[in-house]
Amino acid sequence: MAVEFSKVDDLLVVAPTGEIDHHETKEIREEIDEMILSTLPKKIAFDLSRTTFMDSSGLGLILGRFNKVSALGIQMELVNPGEKIMRIITMAGVDKIIKVKGVEK
Amino acid sequence: MKTREKIINKITVRFTSNSSNEALSRIIITGFIMPLNPNVEEIADVKTAVSEAVTNCIVHAYKNNDNEIIELRATYTDKGKLAVSIKDYGCGIENIELARQPLYTTDKENERSGMGFSIMESFSDKIKVVSTVGKGTKVTLIKRICGNKQ
Repeated sequence: MAVEFSKVDDLLVVAPTGEIDHHETKEIREEIDEMILSTLPKKIAFDLSRTTFMDSSGLGLILGRFNKVSALGIQMELVNPGEKIMRIITMAGVDKIIKVKGVEK
Repeated sequence: MKTREKIINKITVRFTSNSSNEALSRIIITGFIMPLNPNVEEIADVKTAVSEAVTNCIVHAYKNNDNEIIELRATYTDKGKLAVSIKDYGCGIENIELARQPLYTTDKENERSGMGFSIMESFSDKIKVVSTVGKGTKVTLIKRICGNKQ
C-alpha cells in the first residue's frame, strides 16, 4: 500500500491508500514518522478516504502517531473515513480520543 | 422440532506465518463465504476478525518468525452458520481471560493496541479460545451469515 503526503502551510495530510493491517503498518510507520519529523507541521490530518481496510494494527498505528505527535505539541485528526473504517474507529472508541471529521451520515 | 444444521462446505488451508499472508487470509475467507451472499457489513466483519486472529498467530504465537505454520479451517451449514478456526503451534496463552481483556497487550513496544480479541468478539456471534502454553492456540469464530435477507 502507498501513503501519499501533501503539505498545505502548517497542515500535513497523510493519506494511506489501500489496506492497513499489521504487515502494512510495518512498512509505513517509519515513513510517516520521518515525514512528520522532517516537515514539523502544526497539524496533521489522516485522510482515510482511500483506506479500504483497517484492523487493530491500523488502530495501533494511528494511536501511536497520535501519542507521538501530541507529545510534540502537534494536533492530529482523522478525516473522511468510509463507513467500514468508521465502524472500527467507533467500536474501539478511538473517536473519543482523536477528533474525526467528514463522516458520512 | 428444530432441524439439525448440516455442514455443506469446508476448507482447510495451511500457510506460513509471513505477515503478507494476513491479506491472503482475508481474501481466502471472503471467497469462501461468497456462496452465502453475505452483505457488505458481514464481509467486513468476517475479514476483520480473521485478520485479527491470523495477526495474533504471527505477532504473539510465533513472535514474528515467518517460518511457522498457521492453519485456517472454515465450514458453513445449510443455514449459513459460519465457523472459522485459526490454529497455531506457537507459545500459547498463559491467561486467556487476561488476553481477552480490551487494551491488554504483551507487545506495547510495537504499538499493539490490545484490541484484537475485542474486535473478534464484536464482529462475531461467538468466539472460542483454546490454548496450551508451549503447544499452541486455536481461536474459533462463529457467525451466522444472513446476507440481505430480512
